[in-house]
Amino acid sequence: MTTQNATVEVAGNGRLWNRFSIGTKRVIWAWTFLALPIAFYVGIRFYPTFQAFWLSLTNWDLLRPAQFIGLANYERMFADPVFWKVFQNTFLYLLMGTPISLLISFVVAYYLDRVRFMHGFIRALYFLPFLTTAAAMGWVWRWFYQPIPVGVFNGILSMMGFAQQPFLRSTTQSLPAIMVPAIWAGLGFQIIIFMAGLRAIPSTFYEAARIDGLGDWAILRKITLPLLKPTTVFLVVFSSIGFLRIFDQVYNMTTNDPGGPLNATKPLVMMIYQTAFSSYQMGYAAAQTVVLFTILLIVSLIQLYVLRQR
Amino acid sequence: MATYTELAANKKAIRPGVIITWTLLFIGGVIMVTPLLYMFSTSLKSAGQVYDLRLIPAAPTFDNYVKVLSDGRFMRWFMNSMIVAVAVTLSNVFFDSLVGYTLAKFKFRGRYLVFIAILSTLMIPTEMLVIPWYLMSAQLGWIDSYWGIMFPGMMTAFGTFLMKQFFEGVPDDFLEAARVDGLNEFTIWWKIAMPMVTPAISALAIFSFLGNWTAFFWPLIVTTSRDLYTLPVGLSSFAVEQSIQWELIMTGAALATIPTLLVFLLLQRYIVRGVMLAGLKS
Repeated sequence: MTTQNATVEVAGNGRLWNRFSIGTKRVIWAWTFLALPIAFYVGIRFYPTFQAFWLSLTNWDLLRPAQFIGLANYERMFADPVFWKVFQNTFLYLLMGTPISLLISFVVAYYLDRVRFMHGFIRALYFLPFLTTAAAMGWVWRWFYQPIPVGVFNGILSMMGFAQQPFLRSTTQSLPAIMVPAIWAGLGFQIIIFMAGLRAIPSTFYEAARIDGLGDWAILRKITLPLLKPTTVFLVVFSSIGFLRIFDQVYNMTTNDPGGPLNATKPLVMMIYQTAFSSYQMGYAAAQTVVLFTILLIVSLIQLYVLRQR
Repeated sequence: MATYTELAANKKAIRPGVIITWTLLFIGGVIMVTPLLYMFSTSLKSAGQVYDLRLIPAAPTFDNYVKVLSDGRFMRWFMNSMIVAVAVTLSNVFFDSLVGYTLAKFKFRGRYLVFIAILSTLMIPTEMLVIPWYLMSAQLGWIDSYWGIMFPGMMTAFGTFLMKQFFEGVPDDFLEAARVDGLNEFTIWWKIAMPMVTPAISALAIFSFLGNWTAFFWPLIVTTSRDLYTLPVGLSSFAVEQSIQWELIMTGAALATIPTLLVFLLLQRYIVRGVMLAGLKS
């Protein structure tokens, strides 16, 4: 009996399905395809986002249940000199890293685009560092910065008769020293994107400019750079977000004194990591992530604004 | 002489400037790969030779590799990274394409809302989500498991956006013809539409694999047992342990780097094209 009923029901469903119009059927297919992804985005993206905002208003420390404490975490953070040091470091990474890496990658892309001889090979040389693991390269560069007789840089300096440099041991040199491998690893990607942008500019523009008697420099300023603006804006934002979220290099290059010396290299993400997973002050760490979120949101909104101005 | 013929093909008179440009670019390129060359060179040096800063080892040896690989830890981390990166990449290719296709090719109410909602998650940094994810993993027992490492990346807004852009270029006629033939919607997507966007799929797969292979922040948080470390996290703990044995640290770094370099050498054309495609479309 049960089996019979089931059969009847299935047949019923089948008839129901056939009664739908083609349009309705496709809408049902669409939502079927989207069901699992929507559950994923709600459960793994949106809900945790709201939870992070909520936790930032609590004193949760993994041991006791979270208690609402209003804006106390934010008050504590804004009164903490370490936070302001970290805030400053984060923007130093951004303000030095983004312009330097974009300038280098544009110059390389601009000239590499005109080179035919061994083009693929040279491009590969610039691109290879992009494929490396930041954690591994952190250690390679850390080795370069060691004092004599281990470190390559100090070896070269002393060979040329210069004084040794402290690099990672100095409060002033360590942040730029960590930024170099971060810039180095990102160049290949930016060069490829710049070259793709350069190729997308129709050659008729250049021919017209030549006929008008414009020189290389004038063409670069009046045609190439303006037409390359969408590419440049994309790379500025992409690279800014990367530098604002720097962590892997800092973590691996300063394992003996994380973010040191004297917090000189500590970026915001590292402070978040330490607050959350070394001190287990989850509420306080969540407040720091909200600050990071706000900064990244502002950067993205600036991008939208700049692109809309076209 | 090849230089001259090649350059002449560029329809430009050979000026000294062209040769200087080429030479400078070449030197710059060599500087770019020097850290990698030094890493490999040092991994082939014995402990006594490390202080010799010459690039070519006087007496190259594979002893460091034997030493580092002998206790099986690196093999284990290598395997963990491989499992995680491959599984997440397959999931990205499947789900990001499916969602991108649905949003590009189905007309239904709420479509735009779903698209904007997914796209808006690009604004949320991973760092903000790790604390809730950690809480979730602790409650559900996902700490120290492959699933724990993988679950946050199973679908990505970037991949969905990329695939949607490409599926919009697939002509509706092909899909309609398949519908007339009586294929169901899933088969139409998988058998008809997917093969038409293979460049996009390879771009997505490359980005996804590379991103997960080199991922550090979340695996560092969600794994506490050494057996579950991914290669970057394992390498980091290994390097801390070795402290000043730089030849062993460089060997570990080389082991973490070799797979992606090999993949690049095999798939160079696809990778460069994939990066261009992804960059331009976004």
